[in-house]
Amino acid sequence: MNYVNLMKIAKNALMRNKFRAFLTMLGIIIGVASVIAMLAIGQGSKKSIQDQMSSMGSNLVFIMPGSQQRGGVMMGNSSSQSLKLVDMEAIRLQSTNISAISPEVRTSGQVVYGNSNWPTSIYGGNTDYLSIRKFGLESGRLFTEREITTLAKVCLIGKTVVSKIFPKGVDPIGQTIRFKDIPLKVIGILSEKGENSFGQDQDDMLIAPYTTVQRRLLAIDYIQTILTSAISEARTDAAINDLQTIMRKQHKISKPEDDDFRVMSQAELVKTFTSISDILTTLLGAIAGISLLVGGIGIMNIMYVSVTERTREIGLRMSIGGKGRDILMQFLIESTMLSVVGGLIGIGLGYLVSAVVGTMMGWPVVIMTQSVVLSFLVCAAIGIFFGWYPAKKASNLNPIDALRYE
Amino acid sequence: MANNIIEVSNLKKYFQVGDLTVQALKGVNLAIRSGEFVAIMGTSGSGKSTMLNILGCLDIPTAGDYKLDGVSVSGLNRNQLAELRNAKLGFVFQSYNLLSRTSALENVELPLYYNSSVKAKERKERAMAALEAVGLTDRIHHMPNQLSGGQQQRVAIARSLVNDPVVILADEATGNLDTRTSYEIMELFQRLNEDHGKTIVFVTHEPDIARLTSRNIIFRDGWVVKEQMTGEKVSAAEMLKSLPVGDHEV
Ligand SMILES: Nc1ncnc2c1ncn2[C@@H]1O[C@H](COP(=O)(O)OP(=O)(O)O)[C@@H](O)[C@H]1O
Ligand SMILES: [Mg+2]
Repeated sequence: MNYVNLMKIAKNALMRNKFRAFLTMLGIIIGVASVIAMLAIGQGSKKSIQDQMSSMGSNLVFIMPGSQQRGGVMMGNSSSQSLKLVDMEAIRLQSTNISAISPEVRTSGQVVYGNSNWPTSIYGGNTDYLSIRKFGLESGRLFTEREITTLAKVCLIGKTVVSKIFPKGVDPIGQTIRFKDIPLKVIGILSEKGENSFGQDQDDMLIAPYTTVQRRLLAIDYIQTILTSAISEARTDAAINDLQTIMRKQHKISKPEDDDFRVMSQAELVKTFTSISDILTTLLGAIAGISLLVGGIGIMNIMYVSVTERTREIGLRMSIGGKGRDILMQFLIESTMLSVVGGLIGIGLGYLVSAVVGTMMGWPVVIMTQSVVLSFLVCAAIGIFFGWYPAKKASNLNPIDALRYE
Repeated sequence: MANNIIEVSNLKKYFQVGDLTVQALKGVNLAIRSGEFVAIMGTSGSGKSTMLNILGCLDIPTAGDYKLDGVSVSGLNRNQLAELRNAKLGFVFQSYNLLSRTSALENVELPLYYNSSVKAKERKERAMAALEAVGLTDRIHHMPNQLSGGQQQRVAIARSLVNDPVVILADEATGNLDTRTSYEIMELFQRLNEDHGKTIVFVTHEPDIARLTSRNIIFRDGWVVKEQMTGEKVSAAEMLKSLPVGDHEV
C-alpha cells in the first residue's frame, strides 16, 4: 500500500464529515493557541525586564536605607535617614570595585513655566549621576562640580516635561522654570528613554545637583539612595561585598541582621523579577498544556467513537483488499491530520492572539520559535499517541465480523 | 477439470456460540468453472452466506480445502488473503455497503486505492469504465443518498468489477429491491456473464431469481443437497418485458 493513497483515503474520510473534523480540531486549536500566546506573554514580560536591565545599567549597585530591627520593632524603610554623604565618601575612597558613585535624592511636585504646569519628579545627583543611570544629554550641558557646591538653581529636563510645559518652537535651554516655587534654569535636555517595563515614563523627570534638591527643595541632610557602578558586570558581587563591609564599618554594625541599609544590584533585582516571570510563564504554559492534553483526549474520543461507528466501513475496506496495516495507517493518519492541521491553525491563532494582546493591552509579547516548534511536535505526537489505540482496534477487526456489525 | 475457478472439497465451518457448536457447513463439495453463472440456493440458515464468505476469503473454514483460481487458500495469512481479495474477488452485498457522502465514482475507485500498482489516472479511467458497464455514466458525481436502491446496487456492482476479478460474489444482491429493479439488476449480471465472460456466484433464496442463472446449487442444513442445470436459461430482459408497466423504480 502506498502512502499517497493512504493519505488520500484518510483525507477523504475526514472530508466526509467536515464539521465533526473541525469540532475535533477545535480542542487542539485552542490548546496550541493558548500555549503559544501564554508563553509569548510570559516571555515578553521576561524580555522587557531584561531590556530594562541593560537600559538601566547592568552594573548598577545601590544602597537604600533598610529596615532596622531594634528590640524586635520594625522601623519603616522610607522613614529611615541612615544614609549620609560621609558614607558615600567612605565608599568612594575604599572600594576598588566601583567606577562611579553618586548620591540620589528625589521629590515630586508641580513644575511651572509661564501658565503651564505639570506634576513630575526631580532627581538630585552628582556629575556621575547620568552615566550611572545610563541617561544621555541630547543638548545643552551637564551641571558642574562648582554648581553642586554652590547649590546652583539649574536643572536638566526630560522630553515629556518639555512637551507638557513648553509651547512648540520654544527652546527650553536658558529658560527658567519653577519647581515648588524655586526657579531653576534649564541647562540641558535629556535624551529620550521611553517607558520602563513597569510602565513608568523615564522622560517625565528633572535632574538637578543633589545639593539643590537636598537643601533647597527638601531641606534635609541625609541622602535617600547611593548609586554606584561596578567596574564590570562580573564584579557586581565584589562591589556588593565592598559596600556592605564599608557601610557596616561606617555604621558600626557587627551583625548583618542589624543592617540599617540594604545593598542591591540591578542584576539581582532583574534576577528576582525574571524568576517571578519564569514561574508565571511555567504556570501559564502548564495551564495551556493541560488544555492541549484535553484537546488530544478529544481526538482519541472521536477516533474511538468513529471506529465503532465505521465498523462496517472498515469491513468493506477489508473486503476489497484493505489489510490490517492499511486500516491502522488510515486511522492513524486521520488522527494525525486532525491534530497537525489543528496545530497549524492553532499556531496561526496563537500568533493572532499574541499580536492582539500585544497591541490592544500594550503587553510585551515575544513568540519563541521553540514554543511554536514544540507545540507543533506535541500535536503530531498527540495525533499518533491518541490515535493509536482506536486505530489498532480497527485494524484487528475480522473482515466478516466488521461487515456484519450492526 | 483444469478451468475450475473454485474447487471446494469436504469443507466444514463450525461456529462456537457459548457451549453450543453451530455446524453451518458440514462437508461441502463443489466446483465452479470459469464463465459460469451459479446460484446458491436454500432456505434461511442453510449455510449459503457462510459458504459465500469462505469463497470470498472473508472467513476461514474449520476444515476442508478451498482452491481459488488454482491456489489453495488454507495456508494464507490475513495479509495474503487481503491481497487475494483485492486481486481476484469482487463483492456485491445485499445492503450495497457504499461509503456515505462519497460520490459514485470514488466509491467505485476504492478497491484500486488498495492496489499500489494502479496510478491515479488509470484508477479514474477504470472506475469510469466500470460505471459505464453498469449504465451509470450520468450519475458519477452523485452521492449514495442521491441514488435509488437499484442505482446504488449498480454502483456496488461497478465497484466489484473495477479490479477485474476472476469471480464476482453476490449475497442476496436483489434482496432489498422490488421485482422490476431485481430483474434489471439480474439483466446486468447476465450481461456481465454473457458479454464480459464474468464468473458469478449468486446467493439467493428466491427461485424466480435463481432461474436466471445457468446452474443452481441447493443447500440445506450445511449440506449441498442438489445441483441442477437450469436448462434453457431465462433472459432477465424477457422477464422485464412481461412485467406489468407502472411499478418502475425511478
Ligand atoms: N458468526 C456466526 N456465529 C454463530 N453462528 C453463525 C454465525 N454465522 C452464521 N451462523 C449460523 O450458521 C448457520 C448458517 O448461516 P448463514 O450461512 O448465514 O445462512 P443463510 O445465509 O443461508 O441464511 C445459521 O444457523 C447461523 O445461525
Ligand atoms: Mg444469508
